[in-house]
Amino acid sequence: MSAPALVVLADELGPRGRRKVAIATALSVLALGFVGFVAVGRLQATGQLDAVRWEPLTQAAVLRFLLAGLLNTLRAAATAAALALALGLVLALGRLSRNPITRHLSGAQVEFFRAVPLLLLILFAGFGLPLYGLRWGPFWFLVAALTAYNSAVLAEIFRAGILSLDRGQREAAEAVGMSYWQSMMVVLVPQAVRRMVPSIVAQLVTLLKDSSLGFVVNYDELLRRSRSSGEFFHNPLQTLAVVAVMYIAVNFSLGRVAAWLESRQRRRPRTAAEGLPPPTQVVDPI
Amino acid sequence: MNVVLDNLGLYAEGIRTTVVLTLVSFAVALLVGTAVAAARVSPVPPLRAAGALWVEVIRNTPLAVQFVIFFFGFTKVGIQYPAFASSIIVLGAYTSAFVAETLRSGINSVAPGQAEAGRALGLRFSQLLGVVVLPQAFRTVAGPLGSVFIALTKNSSLASLISVLELTEVADRLNTATALPIPVFAGAAIGYLLLTLPSGWAVGYIERRVAIRR
Repeated sequence: MSAPALVVLADELGPRGRRKVAIATALSVLALGFVGFVAVGRLQATGQLDAVRWEPLTQAAVLRFLLAGLLNTLRAAATAAALALALGLVLALGRLSRNPITRHLSGAQVEFFRAVPLLLLILFAGFGLPLYGLRWGPFWFLVAALTAYNSAVLAEIFRAGILSLDRGQREAAEAVGMSYWQSMMVVLVPQAVRRMVPSIVAQLVTLLKDSSLGFVVNYDELLRRSRSSGEFFHNPLQTLAVVAVMYIAVNFSLGRVAAWLESRQRRRPRTAAEGLPPPTQVVDPI
Repeated sequence: MNVVLDNLGLYAEGIRTTVVLTLVSFAVALLVGTAVAAARVSPVPPLRAAGALWVEVIRNTPLAVQFVIFFFGFTKVGIQYPAFASSIIVLGAYTSAFVAETLRSGINSVAPGQAEAGRALGLRFSQLLGVVVLPQAFRTVAGPLGSVFIALTKNSSLASLISVLELTEVADRLNTATALPIPVFAGAAIGYLLLTLPSGWAVGYIERRVAIRR
């Protein structure tokens, strides 16, 4: 993606420019190599590269333990994603409703849950709700908090998608005699969802990453398991490095799927709305 | 509700820590993020690769994992800072990746004709960047950068994982001490609303002020 900016910023480089780039390349290779050298030296000197610290991570039992943690992470994330997508759509429709009470209630819920840190919600669910006699267990406490937060964010994405559609879409739907709900569910929502796929997937990646916060309510997920494994074998750094790689692998593949969906959509728009560029991102997934 | 009123001082302390944490981390993130964005659009291949690696690794690992790695893992190689400084480093590094991506998309959003016109007028590369491209890029990213700031305010709650006494940690400790979760957490939520809602309005205002009318 950086290539277009380059084309914009500079003409094809001349001999002097090419020489400068060559010198900068050599210097940066030296600098980056030096940083890498120091880092490896540090790891070596503190014994972090010793085989004894990495060996446990090659044992099938340890890997199975960690992968089961990853599976728990994915299970919580998938459950929360399904619930948050459904609730998010309801909230988006509520916010666009012609009934002022529905509109304001949905709006208040969306604004509140978007403005509050997810960790606060997880702590409330995990350590607050049990005091009121709710015994759902860590899985559902985590899923409840993830759903409350992400449904609010997804509602804003759905709403932006619906609002970005041309007025003519709704007018045409009404002109052929569709009711409000028919025009919403048959004409507007499907187009809005398809336009917002990149934003939706980006938010789901964020949800997956956020599920790592489950360890604060003792949900048996990847980060928690990596900590107990790292403590047991005295190799926390190595175990966490492997866990980071697992997260990167999962998220990177999800990112690939999103990019593929986006390019497929741009290549063969099935409706008028899909050919247009998607509206600017309403919520930055971070 | 009394539990909140009785502990207003503690809440104020928590809000203050959250604000300091957010502001300092954001300053760090802006500096690092601008450098990373510059590396990613530079014509020097190793710098571009290093910038891309930084962004992808950071964006694709959970912030909680980064907190744990930095605070509990890096001590093994002798890198050890107090909890507050560690939080600033982790939050700053994490946010820098998002700042870099935002800035880069801003640079890419400047119409090619703008730079072409600048070059046709004989501007040097530094003039082209400083006078034509970056001012427009910064104006288009004002809104998205504001969203990053608001997200950082919320992300700063993860400092409670390493016991920094910010707003979320205040709520967590008060809840443990009093077992009155609804008022305790509602108090903290109001604190966050007091921080994020005005930030949101300010961002909207700035965004409208600097918007490029075409």
